[in-house]
Amino acid sequence: MKIIVCMKQVPVQDSLLKITDDSRWVQEAELNYEINESDHYALETALLLKEEHGGEVVILTMGPRRVKEAIKQGLAKGADRALHINNESFTTLDIFINAKLLAAAIQQEEADLVLTGLQTDDYGFGQTGVILAEKLGLPHASIVMEILKQDGSIKVKREMESGWFQSVELPLPALLTIQSGISQIRYATIKGIMMAKKKEIKELSLSDLGLAEGDVDDSTSSLKFHKLYVPEKTKQAELLEGDPKDVAAQLVHKLKNEAKVF
Amino acid sequence: MSVDILVVAEQRDGVLNRSTLEAVVAGQELGKQLGKEVALVALGKGISSLAEELTSKGVKEVLTVDDDKLSDYTPDGYAGALQQVIAAENPAYVLFSHTYTVRDYAPKLAMKLERPLVSDCVRYKMDGNALVFVRQVFQGKIDADFTFEGDGPHLVSFQVGAFNADNLETSGAAGAVRNLSLSMDNVEIRTKVLDVFEGVKQEVDLSKADRIVSVGRGVKKSENIEMMKDLAAALGAEMGASRPVCDDGWLPLDRQVGSSGQTVAPKLYFAVGISGAIQHIVGMKNSGTIVAINKDPHAPIFDIADYGIVADLFEVIPEVISALKES
Ligand SMILES: Cc1cc2nc3c(=O)[nH]c(=O)nc-3n(C[C@H](O)[C@H](O)[C@H](O)COP(=O)(O)OP(=O)(O)OC[C@H]3O[C@@H](n4cnc5c(N)ncnc54)[C@H](O)[C@@H]3O)c2cc1C
Ligand SMILES: Nc1ncnc2c1ncn2[C@@H]1O[C@H](COP(=O)(O)O)[C@@H](O)[C@H]1O
Repeated sequence: MKIIVCMKQVPVQDSLLKITDDSRWVQEAELNYEINESDHYALETALLLKEEHGGEVVILTMGPRRVKEAIKQGLAKGADRALHINNESFTTLDIFINAKLLAAAIQQEEADLVLTGLQTDDYGFGQTGVILAEKLGLPHASIVMEILKQDGSIKVKREMESGWFQSVELPLPALLTIQSGISQIRYATIKGIMMAKKKEIKELSLSDLGLAEGDVDDSTSSLKFHKLYVPEKTKQAELLEGDPKDVAAQLVHKLKNEAKVF
Repeated sequence: MSVDILVVAEQRDGVLNRSTLEAVVAGQELGKQLGKEVALVALGKGISSLAEELTSKGVKEVLTVDDDKLSDYTPDGYAGALQQVIAAENPAYVLFSHTYTVRDYAPKLAMKLERPLVSDCVRYKMDGNALVFVRQVFQGKIDADFTFEGDGPHLVSFQVGAFNADNLETSGAAGAVRNLSLSMDNVEIRTKVLDVFEGVKQEVDLSKADRIVSVGRGVKKSENIEMMKDLAAALGAEMGASRPVCDDGWLPLDRQVGSSGQTVAPKLYFAVGISGAIQHIVGMKNSGTIVAINKDPHAPIFDIADYGIVADLFEVIPEVISALKES
């Protein structure tokens, strides 16, 4: 079974974010990056399926040069090779354009299964996987928590709200968006890290994808992104200040006498 | 007849998902701004009584698509049907509540229509004549403004809880039902629905708890849960958790609070090392008194907390425990 895993590199979760002067993005210079959380789980899912059924796991990522770090981490965990679309010169918040690029790379591979994360921790669209499925003409299931491969099809358990699930069967090839927590994530071993050095990372340019400059031009999209800003607060907590002992005493006093919860 | 603002209803077994009404409220408010009317569309099999119910929800029309292929929810069925409805009615706006089901088919529908979906919006606002949709990036830490250019249909989904269903305006005349007959023959359903079921019954029913101490990824590792249990013991509280804490196995799944876990409303809710992502907030925002302890002053949890402590939890929690014991 050949599995493509879409992984994005995003700023680490505790990052202190500062918006750029033009309000178009956050200042990237001081940020550290990591693999998007649900993409970690997508990779783990692919590796487990490969261990059980054989085949190949291919990482697909789009981003600037720094994403090589994420790719290496994935290869060290056991992925076989990687595809890297370097989008340094055409980064956009246009979901259709980003999906077009990823889809073009996937189309060159003839995979049995395409896995994406459920949602990115930076853009947070929660759309790319499902859009890719439609673009590629594949059936899909989203928010997947369990996968059982059968002959020519897969059975998956999808999460619904408040503890409900749907169990569905899809013909292969298919696309699944993976929810965090589907399984425990492995760490790379020393041996894995050594072996990763020999694995192929293929750089894909626009022309490699059969696309031209015009294909990544977001100026004709009907949806316009304007600016980023720190959310306006509608309500803010009463902040207790002082040293730890002090705030603890204040809190207990307030819970007793103001909130009257004891 | 055609439609200005189309709100997509969500139902399972003929029962309306309450967040649909939030989307109708969004549609009504938007309609007032733009001088436009709101219609609902419901998809399913045997949904005439649901359609009847929807006529009283302050909309001009209720469109229905009743077809065997829509008896179970599938992305192929829903996207295939809605594509036709939207093409025929040509609404200016199509509004959704950003539920798990909408996450599953709306991007597919958007791609079919080649119309971008601005997903998971928290509000809209007028900027001069421009209608601005606000969605969040970086897990609620930053807001982003988007507008549409040109004619619709423009697709927008609103975060669950972004509008209050209690504000539904139902005083006008009842809406008319219009059954649409679509050519569903060409819609191929590739997904076979085998089962819809509730997960293992929760061992602990947190919805009954009076006090809850919920811990998030800020506790860093499994060993640190002990300190949180001491806090819970000092407060006489049950333990709750954010999703990553359960994903990592630091606490069992039945302690998870949020959209895919339990919904709770205790008198006292402590959120310790929890950032306050929307999927967590929807599960606990109706708590009586909310206390947040987080080292990041910009953490969204402080927007809904009553009392906040911006500090390292490992320094503060032991002091809170001893202060509780002393009092
Ligand atoms: C479809 C879907 C469903 C989901 N369902 C749920 C759900 O049901 N429940 C749920 O909780 N989540 C759910 N999530 C996940 C949710 O989006 C968030 O990722 C999650 O709630 C974050 O958990 P957290 O706040 O513990 O972690 P983080 O967001 O990583 O926050 C950790 C916080 O700890 C603080 N911190 C770190 N160290 C310290 C310290 N020493 N002292 C004090 N503070 C510290 C940090 O400042 C940070 O704010 C869902 C997501 C999706 C996409
Ligand atoms: N630049 C990218 N490179 C690779 N995969 C991506 C990229 N952007 C999004 N994805 C995939 O699509 C999923 C959903 O992204 P989003 O629609 O931004 O929430 C992610 O979890 C990834 O698996």
